[in-house]
Amino acid sequence: MKGNMMDGPKTLFDKIWDSHLVEEKDDGTCILYIDRQIIHEITSAQAFDGLRENNRPVRVQDAHLLVADHNVPTAGRADGIENEESRIQIELLEKNAKEFGLPFIDFLDVRQGIVHVIGPEQGFTQPGLTLVCGDSHTATHGALGSLAFGIGTSEVEHVLATQTLLQKQPKNMRITVNGKLPEGVTAKDMILAIIGKIGTAGGTGCVIEYAGEAIEDLSVEGRMTVCNMTIEAGARAGLVAPDQRVFDYLEGRPMAPKGAAWEQAIEYWKTLKSDDGASYDIEVELNAAEIEPQVSWGTSPEMVAPIGSVVPNPADIEDPAKRETVEGALEYMDLDPGQSLTDIHVDKVFIGSCTNSRIEDLRSAAAIAKGRKVAGSVYAMVVPGSGLIKEQAESEGLDAIFTEAGFDWREPGCSMCLGMNGDMLEPGERSASTSNRNFQGRQGPGGRTHLVSPAMAAAAAVTGHLADVRELAADVAE
Amino acid sequence: MRKFETFSGVAVPMADHNIDTDRIIPARFLKTIKRTGLGVNLFNDVRYNDDGSEREDFILNQSHYRNSEILVAGDNFGCGSSREHAPWAITDFGIRCVISTSFADIFFNNSFKNGLLLIKVTPEQRDALLEDAARGENARIEIDLENQKIVRPDGEEITFDVDPFRKHCLLEGLDDIGITLQSDDRISSFEEKQKQSMPWMQGARV
Ligand code: SF4
Repeated sequence: MKGNMMDGPKTLFDKIWDSHLVEEKDDGTCILYIDRQIIHEITSAQAFDGLRENNRPVRVQDAHLLVADHNVPTAGRADGIENEESRIQIELLEKNAKEFGLPFIDFLDVRQGIVHVIGPEQGFTQPGLTLVCGDSHTATHGALGSLAFGIGTSEVEHVLATQTLLQKQPKNMRITVNGKLPEGVTAKDMILAIIGKIGTAGGTGCVIEYAGEAIEDLSVEGRMTVCNMTIEAGARAGLVAPDQRVFDYLEGRPMAPKGAAWEQAIEYWKTLKSDDGASYDIEVELNAAEIEPQVSWGTSPEMVAPIGSVVPNPADIEDPAKRETVEGALEYMDLDPGQSLTDIHVDKVFIGSCTNSRIEDLRSAAAIAKGRKVAGSVYAMVVPGSGLIKEQAESEGLDAIFTEAGFDWREPGCSMCLGMNGDMLEPGERSASTSNRNFQGRQGPGGRTHLVSPAMAAAAAVTGHLADVRELAADVAE
Repeated sequence: MRKFETFSGVAVPMADHNIDTDRIIPARFLKTIKRTGLGVNLFNDVRYNDDGSEREDFILNQSHYRNSEILVAGDNFGCGSSREHAPWAITDFGIRCVISTSFADIFFNNSFKNGLLLIKVTPEQRDALLEDAARGENARIEIDLENQKIVRPDGEEITFDVDPFRKHCLLEGLDDIGITLQSDDRISSFEEKQKQSMPWMQGARV
């Protein structure tokens, strides 16, 4: 039997895992109960086909929530969807929802948005439950203390049919961020710095629990940004112990428990933290005070550096394989070793994605955009994470700030995060983007992506190059 | 799922580390609603020029690698998105086995569910296999899952570990859902228990 099944101090992850264990086979393969699943149009059609082919029903209809996000246009959508393949996928999602009797949000509904934004927003995501989605950034939901991870299409089908998954228990890893983040440094910078430190495979095989003062100080939205990019460190899921901030965030949300059930839930949620003395397979510590605004310079999220520094020189790297990887990245990114990061000019700026499209992200970008103009050479777009966030932003006048500054104010969806819906980079174009992946071609074939925080993205938009947001913020203060 | 049988085939070397799923199958090919037909777009953006013609310098376009059935890759293969289109594209192309030192977790799960065998070896073994693979058709490699060994062209054997459950499913061509549904009673009693202890966990209507 695995050590963590014995009585003794348990980690938060062990607690949630153990409370969802249906069966453990001799070789350690577990049947894990899955409470909830969010389903979008890109990774589900083949799963529903599988159910039909085998004549299998959906086991628990109310455990699922269907919404289209990856492929939806972010402008003029009331006129319908022009791209035929996209339209077929989105219509098929609705058809499948109806045929199998599953909860569904239409793409014209104000509640529509990116799966990882609307789960928490609707209160579908809650502490202590297991949640999956056919999308790797499902780790986002761990910010509310939910054990949440991305799965493939066969597994989507498996959950629909059995409400379980076959899994082996991942290892426990804890990343503690001590102290306080300096002014102008955000959750996005924190997670980029973490990935820069541990590498894109640093968390492989693990669930990462984030802890420490700097994590506790983050808003629930900020924690979502951190947990979101956990997958970029190779881990299965990210987790933060739920606290009063999470309870306050959830209270009154449409799908959150109500009345007596709420009281009962809170009582249980308060037990969801790692016991003193619980042990971790891997521990990493960072000092928040040392983190600066980050930008990625390469084609992997571990290729990041503080904005004040320069593009690294491959000649300084001893390991030949690593050197070659960096050389390849610089060639693709068309950057020179030693070049100042602030000298890098951008063509497009994208503020959006499940990493950074929530209201506080838009507020922090708007604070920089206010009273400024997008540089003449730059096209900049803001894509809120959901229709409700868009409404909220509009009620605060953020849309006006953005449009006056020359940003394009769009409708919610994944948009240029992955360039599937027509919002994309042209070959050779360079972006500052608040999304999570800077892989080759991620935002369009031949496109070059620099990952940054929302405030840094706004700074790049108004200056036309990667820029230190702290300098612009100081300007505003004056 | 088709049963996984011992075979020997041409291996293609791709030594880059961190080959991600966006490289394996770019997002714009995820608009399909089928599992098949993605092989032509495998590694699309490094395999074709903008006008759709093949890039000569890309290895799968070289005549002796067109029928590769094995891929030997750099570290951390398959990182990135959860798209099952990645193993679908790989298997549709005709590759049945990928060998590396490490794989990203979701990609690992997805592959086995589609009959694609992933083998983890040491960096030294991988480097040796990369050299074999560089010899193209002159060096066929045998993959024997039953006995958990890779047979190099010179006859040398490399043994490997594989999860017994996944091995069983591959060899028998079994479908996970069918296996899990054998535990239906246990799932039901779990649900009963949870309904009592955590009633608020029950579904949420939109
Ligand atoms: S915003 Fe990007 S990362 Fe997030 S779910 Fe959509 S495509 Fe995936």
